Amino acid sequence: MRLLVEDLACVRGERSLFRGLGFTVGAGEALLVTGPNGAGKSSLLRLIAGFLRPAQGRIVLEGGDAEPSIGSAAHFVGHLDAVKGALSAAENLAFARSLFGGGRAHADAALARFGLQRLASIPARMLSAGQRRRLALARLLVARRPLWLLDEPTSALDAEGQETLLALANEHLSGGGLVVAATHAPLKFARVRELRLGGGAA
Amino acid sequence: MIEALRAVFARDLAIAFRAGGGAGIGVVFFLAIVTVVPFAIGPDLPLLTRIGPAILWIGALLASLLGLDRIFSADHEDGSLDQLLLAPVPFELIAAAKGAAHWVATGLPLAIAAPLLGLLLGLDAKALGAVALTLLVGTPALTFFGLVGAALAVALPRGGLLVAVLILPLAVPILIFGVAATNAAIGGLVPFGTPFKLIAALSLATFVLGPIAAAAAIRQIRD
Repeated sequence: MRLLVEDLACVRGERSLFRGLGFTVGAGEALLVTGPNGAGKSSLLRLIAGFLRPAQGRIVLEGGDAEPSIGSAAHFVGHLDAVKGALSAAENLAFARSLFGGGRAHADAALARFGLQRLASIPARMLSAGQRRRLALARLLVARRPLWLLDEPTSALDAEGQETLLALANEHLSGGGLVVAATHAPLKFARVRELRLGGGAA
Repeated sequence: MIEALRAVFARDLAIAFRAGGGAGIGVVFFLAIVTVVPFAIGPDLPLLTRIGPAILWIGALLASLLGLDRIFSADHEDGSLDQLLLAPVPFELIAAAKGAAHWVATGLPLAIAAPLLGLLLGLDAKALGAVALTLLVGTPALTFFGLVGAALAVALPRGGLLVAVLILPLAVPILIFGVAATNAAIGGLVPFGTPFKLIAALSLATFVLGPIAAAAAIRQIRD
């Protein structure tokens, strides 16, 4: 499986963020997207997920199991945690599992992996920012999807949470998965490449 | 696919009925409108009885506009909309599931409450039944018309009032046929079946077209 991006241009509100962007991410590879604030890191991830339409160029996921779109082969963890405060942590995860047609790992196992099992039944609005982030990341485990799009995944995470995330991502990569992460922190994924946006040298 | 849609439906319903979900607000607002009207009109019971079905329908219409704008914007604000767009299910069907959950949480209680509120207006048993029945069949049309407005509200930080202003004119046919059917049931010149079938048709048509339009609006706006 391979993510192929060719001649990609992104225009947001009449402002050109980048153009002529091309790269490939192969199976088992991680791509770190870095660059100053406003360089278009988040926009690039949203383009890949299919939330935005490219002004120019194309994005293809080759060798998938005939997925209808890249979006349905991808997990997206963005700035917002997509956690419903009225539902408990366990209910939030169970919803994600049903939505994504998952079943590989039980929601309980995903909670345990991020150390949230003791908080499983309290409403998610009681969770701290870091715990909500852990819950958002636990969604990566409830359904098997080859492409992980992570936008600042370590924000609000403590050292232990960052280690858990790193271990999970490396397991995902060694299983042939793909990771594209926008980050300011130097994430030490196995087989990592860097794409620097901004400064006109994209 | 069915599991995903059932999950969306159950989640929205659970959120609506938990503390702060806002499912009860519509019925309370409905009660407020129906209670206030007699104060404005005066203690003229025959008049109230005559216009009672219309008051109930207007009240239900206004109450169903409350909370419409939150259908998609709540998910947009906390990032859940992104997750829904990544589901292996067409977003049209997810929008339909969300609309159905919204109707069960807000539209159905209005139809159930209507006969009780009708007692305040001195309606007889036949009229109470007719109002409840027409609201039961007509409120889905209000919800699924509103679904399109709710999708447009995603782009606006305070879209609630705008949604009401957008949807209210579109809801006029539903109001006309709903009140006409109720009056026909009580005893009028028009046969009951004609307006009743029309509101049923409006509900079925909006159930199909509303989610398609809402999904198109969401995709367009979020680009």
